[in-house]
Amino acid sequence: MDIPARTGYLGIDVGSVSTNLVILDEHADVLAAIYRRTQGQPIKAVQEGLRELTDLLLDQKIEVRGVGTTGSARHLSGIIVGADVVKNEITAHAVAASQVVPDVNTVLEIGGQDSKLIILRDGIVTDFAMNSVCAAGTGSFLDHQSTRVGIPIEEFGAYAVRSESPAHIAGRCSVFAESDMIHKQQVGVAVEDIIYGLCHALVRNYLNNLGKGKDLEAPIVFQGGVAANAGMKRAFEDALGLEVVVPAHHNVMGAIGSAILAMELGLEAGETNFKGFDVSDLHYDTSTFGCNGCSNTCEVVRIKVGGKTLARWGGRCGKWENEDSPGAGKKRVRASA
Amino acid sequence: MKVSVPHMGHLHWMMDDLFERLEVEYVKPPPSTTKTLTIGAKHSPEFACLPLKINVGNYIEALETGADTLVMAGGHGPCRFGYYGIVEQRILLDLGYEFNFLMLEPFSDGALAFYKTFKSLSPGLTIPKLYRILKISFSKGRAFDYLYKRSLQVRAYEVNRGDTSRAIREAEQILTLARTPDEIEEAAREALAVVDAVEQDPDREVLKVCVVGEFFLLLEPFSNFGLEEILGHMDVYLERSVWVTDWIAPKRDNKVYGFPKKFVEEKAAPYLNHNVGGEGRETIGGIVLAAERGFDGIIQLLPFGCMPENIATSIIPKVQRDHDIPVLTLAFDEQTGRAGMVTRIEAFLDLLEARRKTGKTGTYVSYVSQKPSAAV
Repeated sequence: MDIPARTGYLGIDVGSVSTNLVILDEHADVLAAIYRRTQGQPIKAVQEGLRELTDLLLDQKIEVRGVGTTGSARHLSGIIVGADVVKNEITAHAVAASQVVPDVNTVLEIGGQDSKLIILRDGIVTDFAMNSVCAAGTGSFLDHQSTRVGIPIEEFGAYAVRSESPAHIAGRCSVFAESDMIHKQQVGVAVEDIIYGLCHALVRNYLNNLGKGKDLEAPIVFQGGVAANAGMKRAFEDALGLEVVVPAHHNVMGAIGSAILAMELGLEAGETNFKGFDVSDLHYDTSTFGCNGCSNTCEVVRIKVGGKTLARWGGRCGKWENEDSPGAGKKRVRASA
Repeated sequence: MKVSVPHMGHLHWMMDDLFERLEVEYVKPPPSTTKTLTIGAKHSPEFACLPLKINVGNYIEALETGADTLVMAGGHGPCRFGYYGIVEQRILLDLGYEFNFLMLEPFSDGALAFYKTFKSLSPGLTIPKLYRILKISFSKGRAFDYLYKRSLQVRAYEVNRGDTSRAIREAEQILTLARTPDEIEEAAREALAVVDAVEQDPDREVLKVCVVGEFFLLLEPFSNFGLEEILGHMDVYLERSVWVTDWIAPKRDNKVYGFPKKFVEEKAAPYLNHNVGGEGRETIGGIVLAAERGFDGIIQLLPFGCMPENIATSIIPKVQRDHDIPVLTLAFDEQTGRAGMVTRIEAFLDLLEARRKTGKTGTYVSYVSQKPSAAV
């Protein structure tokens, strides 16, 4: 085969609910994107995601120039695939939104178990907030409610958009919201109005929890899995009185952001730490042990492949990371501690 | 008699010294761990703030290791802390423990009551003797504080990750052995030299962050997942608004970053011109001061549900806008996860770095009144 290899950048976002992988070309356009459930097994999700990616790109030769990971399992997935940059999801989402809508001022992001609000001015993040005490507005809750009312989550938005007078649902707490929805069903409110009412409640909750004291200015980008729900987009537009943009790849924006961060490193061919797509065939073992080095008794995580320790982390002092790092003494990078 | 005091950061070094001079046996509670917090949370009201839950855990673990007299510093404070002494005593009595409970509150009960409490521990104690003992133990506490202040700055430049933390452990051992004023001064110098000897990279670009907020959360690394160490390992140069010896310094004229109480209050005045309990006012004053001194950003720590700090939090957006300084607020309770905190810190540091590139951060003014001397 003599097809010249295309330059690509791999971005991986492993969150609590979904694992997303993208390959971008050198213009940051999406060549392939995967959105799949993590199902509590981040390693397996990454391996199978990589396998799916290679299937999608079967007819093309991609030379991966850089890899970025993000999401709550960014550290773990970074070790498995050999990441060049490991970044938190707030930065990754902001970077991706800036790429899609260059003059973006506000990013609303709602994922499976968390939600974020990011304020940007002139292309840099100036403020952000992340939900801390309550998950009432997030995807998992919507998922749960769609199962309960027997409407697939994919159709939830379409129902909401049909509503002409949303029901008032108590949205401060997911348990109360659920009992309020049941009550509204029992008094005979139309299901469209209940679903759209729920969207309103979630938006109210989001803006109260995250938006207090912040200036939400247009252009506004709405991303994350929940952005697929047209009812949520409409409810945000109602509440803010502004147009809300949902990008085409709204559900893999974290992965896009981390691929862009990898691209920004400007690595030459062969400089990447990427271990290749065949890491999906290896078997990884993770375990934990208590370090007795001092009174902190930190819990240290160890990941092994074929009986050989790949990495250890989790201690406060950094002693285990140091011992394993091949480039000990190299410039420390600001990655997850 | 075996006396115990709950943990609050490095306070136990000073307690070690104080009780040795009083010739009273001191039982240091076992180090605070997840187990301590689990025990404490189990026996405390759900809505109580995090420090109380850790206190209760410390007390129970201390009683289990043989303590029979418990000391609580500050009993009728200006927020929920005012009930700590009483509530903690009640919880332990209800659990069936037998013990003596002493509440120390020199500021509102007066010096005589303070003296009488100590005399009940150490019968032969005279007022001049107590004064001498407090003065010398306090000077040792100051030397410890100075050591930690320095470590927060050295860690940002350390070449090998973890060297500063190791140096601090060595320095503590040197300082804790010192007894006489001369020995303390000598040991303070020696201990500081150990910290300064950490191999550093002076050319490293470091972010300068100020940590403000509630007293206990700032002082006790267990309660904030070792935030300062985490930040240090991410190349962040730190200052903190609260230090035990600055706060309880004679006449309390030394409050935030060693600046006089009045001065800090004046800084807070445009936003908050009266005491709201706890450290709410000092948090606002501390943010203004840090902004004026050219820090890149500020992190505010508070126990979830803390009234004075929540008042401060609601004022912060205005301070932030006026002084163009980023502030990250982190609330903690027994449900808080370390990973969520680290994610927010990382994003915050990215934000600070991006601001720096656009030239938004002013020039940092170093704090000159931090003298490397143990003598007060």
